[in-house]
Amino acid sequence: MSTTDVPIPVANPREPLYRRLPVISHFTKSVGLQRGMLVAGLVLTGAFVLTALFAPLLAPFGFAQLSDADGSFPTQQAPGGKHLLGTTVGGYDVLSRVIWGAQTAILVIVVAVAMSIVAGVVLGLVSGYIGGWLDRILVVIADAVYAFPSLLVAIVMAIVISGGQSSLVGGIFAAGTAITLVFIPQYFRVIRAETVRLKAEPFVESAKVVGASNIRIMTRHIYRNATRTLPLIFTLNASEAILTLAGLGFLGFGIEPSSAAEWGFDLNKALADTTSGIWWTGLFPGLAIVLTVVGLTLVGESINDLNDPRLRGRRRTGGKNPAPVETAATAAEVRNP
Amino acid sequence: MTTLIDAPPTDADGLLPAAKKSTGGGLGQYILIRFLLIFPTIFILVTMVFFLMRITGDPITAAMGGRLPEDQLQERIQAAGYDRPLLVQYFEYLGQLATGNFGRTLTDNRAVVEMLSTYGSATLELSINALLVALLVGIPLGMVAAHCRDKAPDAVLRVFAILCYATPVFFAGMLLKLTFSVWLGWLPVAGRARTSSELALTSLEAPTGIYWLDALRSGNMAALGDVLAHAVLPAVALGLLTAGIFLRLVRTNVIGTLGRDYIEAGRSRGVSEYRLVTKHAYKPALIPIITVMGLQIAVMLGGAVLTEKTFEWKGLGFQLANYLTARDFVAVQGIVVLLAIIVAVTNFIVDIVAALIDPRVRY
Repeated sequence: MSTTDVPIPVANPREPLYRRLPVISHFTKSVGLQRGMLVAGLVLTGAFVLTALFAPLLAPFGFAQLSDADGSFPTQQAPGGKHLLGTTVGGYDVLSRVIWGAQTAILVIVVAVAMSIVAGVVLGLVSGYIGGWLDRILVVIADAVYAFPSLLVAIVMAIVISGGQSSLVGGIFAAGTAITLVFIPQYFRVIRAETVRLKAEPFVESAKVVGASNIRIMTRHIYRNATRTLPLIFTLNASEAILTLAGLGFLGFGIEPSSAAEWGFDLNKALADTTSGIWWTGLFPGLAIVLTVVGLTLVGESINDLNDPRLRGRRRTGGKNPAPVETAATAAEVRNP
Repeated sequence: MTTLIDAPPTDADGLLPAAKKSTGGGLGQYILIRFLLIFPTIFILVTMVFFLMRITGDPITAAMGGRLPEDQLQERIQAAGYDRPLLVQYFEYLGQLATGNFGRTLTDNRAVVEMLSTYGSATLELSINALLVALLVGIPLGMVAAHCRDKAPDAVLRVFAILCYATPVFFAGMLLKLTFSVWLGWLPVAGRARTSSELALTSLEAPTGIYWLDALRSGNMAALGDVLAHAVLPAVALGLLTAGIFLRLVRTNVIGTLGRDYIEAGRSRGVSEYRLVTKHAYKPALIPIITVMGLQIAVMLGGAVLTEKTFEWKGLGFQLANYLTARDFVAVQGIVVLLAIIVAVTNFIVDIVAALIDPRVRY
């Protein structure tokens, strides 16, 4: 079994391009339960993305709509009839807000993950490549932030950016930036560790010998090699971003209900309803969060397992798989609030 | 490189340069270096929180802006010294922290430190209860999953672990509340205890603040039952979040140790499979749990804020949520810094315990 320790690249370079794309190559590699998990994750994530994209078409009403041609919406109406999932205490339509909430969630994910990848990758490359006191300081700072409850970091950032209350664009950027600060250390650590390892590789040495500048070595030679694991961290962080956004919203740092729909904020409002037995205002936004996070986690974990030959299920091989190791999937899980 | 994310911060390469060089260093040296590392961590967090919170302006405008006329606002800002240069305020703040002064809240003018003594025990109690739930659920289920590896129970438990992770604590709490308090009426909806038992417990001599401990000490069985009934739902909501992580850790580690030679040797001597899993393979699999528990303390405190708000559990997190709503950012800053110190110190303790148990942790 010693050969299995050598990482096998997931994509075979001789296959046509579409089969080498991240998720598709993983799909063709998967088998049995693992394929089921990947497919289930893809279906849930696909549903989430489609809902977000087509929210204006899918939602029966606007997220801040309180009345239509027939007059004002009833408040706290049980599911059924015109309002399929009922209405909230404020008279919003629950179904519409759940659907629009997907749009807010996806915007925050994109903003947060894009910003943290850029910042984390740049800092990681520079810190790992240059080394010295700069590296030391950045590592200590990253570790300090990393060890701190991520929700509290996000709260502090949310206060900084918006003072709490905000419009749609402002709110999305506030939440996105708050989550960014939480994620930067994660990207930073991964990229820095890879950079430190790659710096000692012969090809970097050769590049130096032929006279390539430090910038060129960093941006072309190391960057290309150090960023292979990013798609995986992306999926894992996307789910964490949703949970952090929901946590912020639940604490009242959401986006105002008149500017956008946000699941966490709706759950905050629904908390008071539970004691009187009103379940529909909380259940549906909550389920939306759970299903989205489950979907993203399943995709992320499947990719993680399939990238690791020791965890990948095989079609028909004799003998048992060697012991699996703890991987990035569990690590991200460990971090979650 | 992925393993790096797993490692607790103290294990990351580069963080302990001094410790790394001294490969022969003893436990005492390790503890000392690890202890000294608490201070830069706290210092960085305090500095970050202070400057971030002040970028937006002074706390008085944030709390009272719009409610007070402009001249009164300026007067109060001046009285509190928020009009001085930022660096002067920063060093004054550091000096105050060093003497244990975390500031006073703006809205109700209480010392932040006093809050730790009043509400800290509630958060501690919640965390202990949740940790108990997490261990009681996570470890046995992890062993079951490892034993039934790649069979149906393993798949079910894997989905369970993902669900634990994917459900926000406040949503889990809400569902538990709806089911067990509102519909079934078995358990109380919110709070830490009935007013009567709360009175009985706080009037005790030298109360620990951990209600079930106080009830046990005073032998007040009625209060104990009441306190436990209140504690169940919050503990389960917060505990399940961590239980999923423990489950997976135990599973992978037990599977790892089950493949070792000494297990094979035990098997050949006729040790039963049950005993192999619960005795032989299980103990070495516990070490990573202790390490991960350090990280979990940060996670739990974050989760405690949300759980306490869901169940009106009057702890530090509940207070934090209240001050957030009131936009009292002096109080928020104070509590956040307080929590930062708690996290840094508990991480230190966990690291020391891990080093005592497993000598490989010491470099």
